Amino acid sequence: MAVMNPMEQFLVEKVVPLPPISAPGLGSLDLSITNSVLFMILAAGLIMAFLLAAARREILPGRMQATAEFLYTFVDGTLTGGIIGDRGRPFLPFVFSLFLFIAMINLLGLIPLGFTATSQLAVTVTLAVMTFGIVLIVGLTRNGLGFFKLFWPTGMNVFLAGFLCIMEVISFLIRPGTLALRLFGNMLGGHIVMFVFASFIVGLGMFGMQGGLASLGFVGAGLSFALVTGLFILELLVAGLQAFVFAALTCIYLNEVVNLDHGH
Amino acid sequence: MDIHAAKALGAGLAMTGLIGAGLGLGILFGNYLQAAIRNPAAAAGERTYLFIGLALTESMGLFAFVMGLLIYFV
Repeated sequence: MAVMNPMEQFLVEKVVPLPPISAPGLGSLDLSITNSVLFMILAAGLIMAFLLAAARREILPGRMQATAEFLYTFVDGTLTGGIIGDRGRPFLPFVFSLFLFIAMINLLGLIPLGFTATSQLAVTVTLAVMTFGIVLIVGLTRNGLGFFKLFWPTGMNVFLAGFLCIMEVISFLIRPGTLALRLFGNMLGGHIVMFVFASFIVGLGMFGMQGGLASLGFVGAGLSFALVTGLFILELLVAGLQAFVFAALTCIYLNEVVNLDHGH
Repeated sequence: MDIHAAKALGAGLAMTGLIGAGLGLGILFGNYLQAAIRNPAAAAGERTYLFIGLALTESMGLFAFVMGLLIYFV
């Protein structure tokens, strides 16, 4: 059977090598355009082109405008409006771009020979840390030191509250980690599983070519092919779902700090 | 025991964490469906929380997956 490494598809390679730049305090930085960066630029460019083409403001929307309006009302109604409420409007641009960017990267990664930028832990950690930083800044500027009420459970014994407070702080601090790992793990896992079953098609097909009893290998290859088709449909779902989950969790974290004293 | 065999065994054992994630997902979707069939009018409003629950349950399984990767490759 053909031996291929399922991790090979995640290798970051330089597409446009650039000379290293020396930044003060950081040492020399390699800012070459890699395939990961290339696909992120492509995703951002596609989203901008789509939204520019869709922004027609016609009374009877065409297909593009209807899709864009659907996405907008979905994020506004379900995510920022549904989870944060009326005070969530200012965060709509952030959540909307986060959702579209992640969804577009995931979908571009599903195109054969494409590269999934969200299967790089560096990319997902950057997105998660950015979200965490925004939650911290919004929480501290809106509530001041009242932000720390978030960690103190009300209406219970001081000792129990103190213990729960420690747990709350820990669960708050691991949020960027879980946010990043969820997206990374889903993309990595899905692509590895698809690769493994796709390599079964080739491997079992080659085995079946020997003729005789070995031609049963064609049955296995056919089954793997059906399975890969099914997995691909599942991955299309996962690509959208993980973008939705990332945006929804961002909204939940924002909701906690925005509506801290209102208990929305 | 050979170090590579031990690593493969350890990574395989780490994947038993997925038992919990599978059980959790089954309970989550089973209970959601049960509630949705009893009161279909309220089902759409709770769908957001369903996916959030899915994300949180799934992250437990992914921790096991990451541990498996760490044991096998690091």
